[in-house]
Amino acid sequence: MTMTLIKSYLDSLLKKKKREDGRGLYDYRELKIDVNPIDKANGSARVKLGDTAVLVGVKLDVGEPFPDSPNDGILITNAELAPLASAEFEPGPPREDAIELARVIDRGIRESKAIALDKMCIKPKEKVWIVFVWHHTINTRIGIVRE
Amino acid sequence: MGGVGGPEKFIVNGKRLDGRKLDELRPLMIKAGVIPNADGSAYLKMGSTEVLVSVYGPREVFPKHLTDPNKAILGCLYDMVSFSTSDRNRPGPSRRSTEISKVIRESLLPAIFLEKYPRTKIDVYIEIINANAGTRCAATTAASVALADAGIEMKGLVSSVAVGKIDGKLALDLFDAEDNFGQADVPLAYISRTDELTLLQMDGDLTSDELKKAIEMGKKACVRIAETQKAAITERFGKEAKK
Repeated sequence: MTMTLIKSYLDSLLKKKKREDGRGLYDYRELKIDVNPIDKANGSARVKLGDTAVLVGVKLDVGEPFPDSPNDGILITNAELAPLASAEFEPGPPREDAIELARVIDRGIRESKAIALDKMCIKPKEKVWIVFVWHHTINTRIGIVRE
Repeated sequence: MGGVGGPEKFIVNGKRLDGRKLDELRPLMIKAGVIPNADGSAYLKMGSTEVLVSVYGPREVFPKHLTDPNKAILGCLYDMVSFSTSDRNRPGPSRRSTEISKVIRESLLPAIFLEKYPRTKIDVYIEIINANAGTRCAATTAASVALADAGIEMKGLVSSVAVGKIDGKLALDLFDAEDNFGQADVPLAYISRTDELTLLQMDGDLTSDELKKAIEMGKKACVRIAETQKAAITERFGKEAKK
């Protein structure tokens, strides 16, 4: 949703191959990745893309596999759009945008086979590794999913 | 407090298990203005305890009937990210986080000139991103810096620290093993500018004499913490002014 006034301004910038934040058409925002900043997590990362900042932590646990995949580990993804990050986020259980975000991240990890779930079985039907991936938005502009 | 299976001794050759003296704070780092979306924000690291705080407001009260025509209302929400503790903790509010939200709000309240902002709400959101004891104190100290960053008028900065008892001796700013297996833990919050104590809780056993000493020890440490808080605010607005 862009107002007509801003639209024509953005348009005039585009014609000069410029963008509102001073970048050229093919410039990425400044990317900063901080690996393992959280010592209580099994793995973590803090990623900043321009002003957008997220914190992701991974916790491992052992538990029972799902009956339809007795030899596979379990991936659980969650996303928090905490009120800390924006005046538009409200406290309480995850709303549809947070759930959408979590599911999109889940598919990204699962379908790319980034984690070999089939190698995370300890004892078939009884014990497998469970990977919890927790996403926390610290500040947001646009494009959280990509990041 | 009083857990079983802790270390046999907490003080070896006059030093604590992490190498500190009894009246020594963990390394403290505070940065103001870390969340661009927020009206005010702060990041604080105290040893390996890390906290992010953002402040929104003064803004319109919702739901409207909670509006106070004479002053602002203060909201405070303390939350731990689920990977911030050794055991994964469930997201969402718990009885513990509800208590802590309440005591942090009450320790910040006396410092704020609420009557300057009638019909509004000031929201303080706290996320503990790594927990190693002293999270309510770290959160209070950081929240005070975030409120100052938001330009909320206050009569002083609220600084907070815990004093505990290990091996029969008082020790400042407990870390997790001392907190879990020590003999006492006294978190306090203090406005050093006006000499006001705004939080005092106690878990464990202390004699009344020990408690008095603990409070003095905590107040002294809060004066030092306030210096770090001021430095963080000066750095932030020094930067702003140069822009």
